[in-house]
Parts: sequence; structure tokens; C-alpha cells
Amino acid sequence: MRPDIEQALRLREELTTSVLEGFLRDEVRKVGFERVVFGLSGGIDSALSAYLATRALGREHVHAVLMPYRSSSPSSLADAMEVVRDLDIPHTVVEITGPVDAYFEQMDKLLGEQASPLRRGNRMARERMVTLYDLSAAMNALVVGTSNKTELLLGYGTQFGDMASALNPIGDLYKCQVRQLSAYVGVPQSILKKAPSADLWADQTDEKELGFTYDDADEILYQWVDLRLTPDEIIERGYDASLVRHIVQRVARNQYKRKPPIIAKLSGRTIGIDFRYLRDWGH
Amino acid sequence: MAFDIQRVAIAQMAPKLGDIGANLERHHEYIREASAQGAHLIVFPELGLTGYQTQDLTLEVARSAASPEIQSIVDMSKEIDVLFSFVEETDDHRFYVTALYASKGEVVHKHRKVYLPTYGMFDERRYFAPGDRFDVWKSSLGTLGVLICEDAWHLSAPYLLAMQKATLLLVPASSPWRNTMAAAEFGSHAFWRHLLQMYAQLLGVHIVFANRVGYEDGVHFYGGSGIVAPNGSWLVEAGTGESELIVAEIDRRLTRRTRYTTPLVRDERVHLVASQLQALLQRGDFGAPGH
Repeated sequence: MRPDIEQALRLREELTTSVLEGFLRDEVRKVGFERVVFGLSGGIDSALSAYLATRALGREHVHAVLMPYRSSSPSSLADAMEVVRDLDIPHTVVEITGPVDAYFEQMDKLLGEQASPLRRGNRMARERMVTLYDLSAAMNALVVGTSNKTELLLGYGTQFGDMASALNPIGDLYKCQVRQLSAYVGVPQSILKKAPSADLWADQTDEKELGFTYDDADEILYQWVDLRLTPDEIIERGYDASLVRHIVQRVARNQYKRKPPIIAKLSGRTIGIDFRYLRDWGH
Repeated sequence: MAFDIQRVAIAQMAPKLGDIGANLERHHEYIREASAQGAHLIVFPELGLTGYQTQDLTLEVARSAASPEIQSIVDMSKEIDVLFSFVEETDDHRFYVTALYASKGEVVHKHRKVYLPTYGMFDERRYFAPGDRFDVWKSSLGTLGVLICEDAWHLSAPYLLAMQKATLLLVPASSPWRNTMAAAEFGSHAFWRHLLQMYAQLLGVHIVFANRVGYEDGVHFYGGSGIVAPNGSWLVEAGTGESELIVAEIDRRLTRRTRYTTPLVRDERVHLVASQLQALLQRGDFGAPGH
């Protein structure tokens, strides 16, 4: 990353942490909740959410859910357990192999073909979402999101799966900022150092699958989204033209994942169009 | 000279969105507390009675200046002057972001926000009508003027108040964080601090900045309220993020010394400014009046 961009993206750690802790306390308690629940994958994003939630609400008000599938790397579970131990927070391990395999056993027969890795990955992400939302009701706890700004922009996530949550403290942090803040709040070294992976199949890494590094993505996204430079201006600055265009197209193509479903307008006042209230309305 | 020194309080609070009853109660409590602390004036944040992003709640939370809720605060100004803010509805059903100054049980001044930010994360002009003037009034604290949040981001607004002999500017605000990155010297907090210090020094005025705290749908209002003196120093500063009542003493003798030492307001060439602006207006550089 270029030094000037790296410097521009550098967070004021204490300030950022206090704003995010305040966000979690305020937006959870305002709607009548005391507790939160979140998936803990062993990766850096959910680890950061776990540390922030625990700092904000206290260990007795958070619950971590570890949801391995049979092909998940054992080191992922071990890293997630390291977070649980370090924070000394309550947790539940919920294997998702049973429901996911049962689903595809039936569906593969119905469709007469084996599901692609993409479909299997989406199903796992949504199985985890279903589990978290069930535990949300069981524990009277809001689901905390674990998607960062880079993956939300790139659409590198499953709609209604890992992208689903009630509130997300890290959704305005680029991946490099997630790393910075994670080191600041004390996320274990083993998590900070490993290559990011959705862990949907063996040896998968995000950067291999995306075809570019998170640093490259952050650098280009920051200049396009935050500084509002045009793709051509970014290319003029010496970035690879095909990479810039690829990333920009990817963000636009995935806008649908970041929006609630669109509604056909018929009446004079339509939800999502001219029925305008904050979500905080009424709380 | 007791008259020269006045105690001013700021209620840095987190309004509850759309809940006038709860916010009114908080206002009453802060007024009592400030009064008990011997303050002569208490200043509340912009839209302290309603919350900031009222959107379509505007229709529900709007009140006429004569409504019983507004009157209940005006009544409390018998003990202490109060500047507070709400969504005002006029008889012809326009909606304004309004600040009222009440003293001795009467409304002394009403300011309707002139500059309604409608860009980026802001959407005020969609819901509100803009005010059309900056006026001053007199109180025991001197000659006062008010700028509601974005009003203060337009150079001409504090200038117009100062030219009307204001020595104390009140700035109720609902200003959110917009940049927590280290290199962003001009995050909203730093920008406000520079701006207010500079105005205070250039115009020889005290400025009371009352910014709200709390969150609305993830948007964080940072507080950082305070009072800056004509020499650019901060007499008192609230923290960021928490509700609190802060109090400081304003000494008009400092205004006197500062204005003598650096007489920028005295030397201002109002006729020159007016004639040049008039010439530009006549050339048609600014389009129709009202813009």
C-alpha cells in the first residue's frame, strides 16, 4: 500500500473503539435488549466484533456461537476457542454438518446434480444465519454483524447469510483497518497472522478466490468510494487499469446485496421509497 | 463587578428521537440543575426536543411556538435564561428548525435555521423551510446572536451578527462524527474547534457551542461542547460521547480588553463590503433574491 494511503486509512484507535463501543451499547439497549449473540469463525472479522461487543456490554451480555462444518479447518475452531478463552465469554458449538448435508442429500436428488461449491458455501452461510437468529430469539439477544467495509463493497459474502445481522460495528472499516483495530483490542496473534479465508473448503483463501489482495482492494476502494476519484483518475495514479475496473464493476454489480428488497410502487406512500423513518423510530 | 461575569451552562444531552415528552422532562431537569448551579443562561443542542433525523416524524413532532410544551420551558426562564431548539410549525404549516431564547418568562428571540444542509449524509431541506435572517437581541449577558449548526459554517452569518454588535454567539448543534482516521486533521470535531476559535478571535466574541451526543441509526453525535473566549481560548469543554452539564463564567472585561488590543470589529469596512456586494447583486451574479 502506498504510504500516503496507508496513513490516510490509519485509525485513531482509542477514539474509534470508543465510538464503536458506544454504538453497540446505545443501539442494543435503545431497542430494549441487553444481550448480543454472534458467530465466531476463528477469523479476524468476527474476532474483532467479539472483542468490541464484550468491551461494550460486558462478558455476561455476549454469547459466541461456533458453527463448524465437517470440512472446516480444525485450526479455525481452535482460533475461535482462543478468543472465547481470552475474553472468558459464554459460547456454544453448533455443528452445521447435519442440516447442510441433509439438505443437499435431498436437493441433489431432486435436481439430479451435485451442488456447486458456491451453492454449498451459500447454504452453510445461511445455515449459520438461521442458527444465530434462532439463538437470538432463544437468548433474547441481538445478532451482531461481522462483515467489514471491503467485503460489503465487493459483495464478497452471502446475502441473507453472513451479511445478515441486526447491527454491525465493523461495516465501515476496511480490511486493513480491521487488522489495525484487532491488534489494538488484543485479538490473538494466530488470528492476526493467518490468511483470511471463508473456510468453506480446504485451502480456500479470500485473496486467492478474489484474485487480488485486500490491500489492493482497500487502496482502490478508498480512493474511489471515500475520496470520490473516478476510476480513470485512480488509473492515472498508476494502478492497474483492469484491476481498478474489475473492482469498480464488482461493487456496482453487488449493490443488490446491500439493499433491502425493492418494492413496486403503487400507493402514495411506499415502504423503502417515501415512508421515511429511522430504524430507531419508536425506541 | 458582578454584572461583568455571567455563568453560562451547556446541556450536552442525547435527545430521544421523536419523544417530546421524555426530552421535555430532560430539559426541565437540566434547567433546574443549571439554575441550582447559579447559571444565568443554559443552552441546549439543536433539535434537543425532537432528535435530529426526524424525517417523516417531522409531522408528528412539530409544535407551534405557542404550544403548551414550548410554553413550559418559556415559563421556566423566570429563573434562568434558556436557549432551546425544536421543530417549529407556523400557522401556514411550514416547518422550521428553530431556536427560542426565553428570559423572565417571555420569548425574547426566535431564530429559524437559515442554512439547511442537504448533501452527503444530510437531508434537511427535504423536510424543513429555511429561515431568512440573522438578528441579535439584548439580554443581561450583552448583545446575543444564535447560529444553528450549519448556519455557523457560512462565514457571513457570524459576520452579520457581529456587525449588529453581538458579543456572545450561541451555537446549538447536532454534529456527527464523520472521520475517525488519524490523518484526518479536519474531522468534524477538529473543524468545529478551528472554526469557533477563529470566529471568536476575528469577531471578538464569546461563543457557546452546545452539541448533542448519542446515536441515531448508527450516526454518532460526538458532543465536545464548550465555550470559547474572544482570545481563542476554551473556558470549558465537555468530553466526547457522554451527556453532561458544563458551566463556565464569561467575563465581559476580557471582551473589552481583547477588542481594545485587536480592534478588528471596530475597523471593519461595512460600507465597502455592502457596496461591493451590492454591485455584484446588480450585475446579476447571484440570480434571483432568496438564493
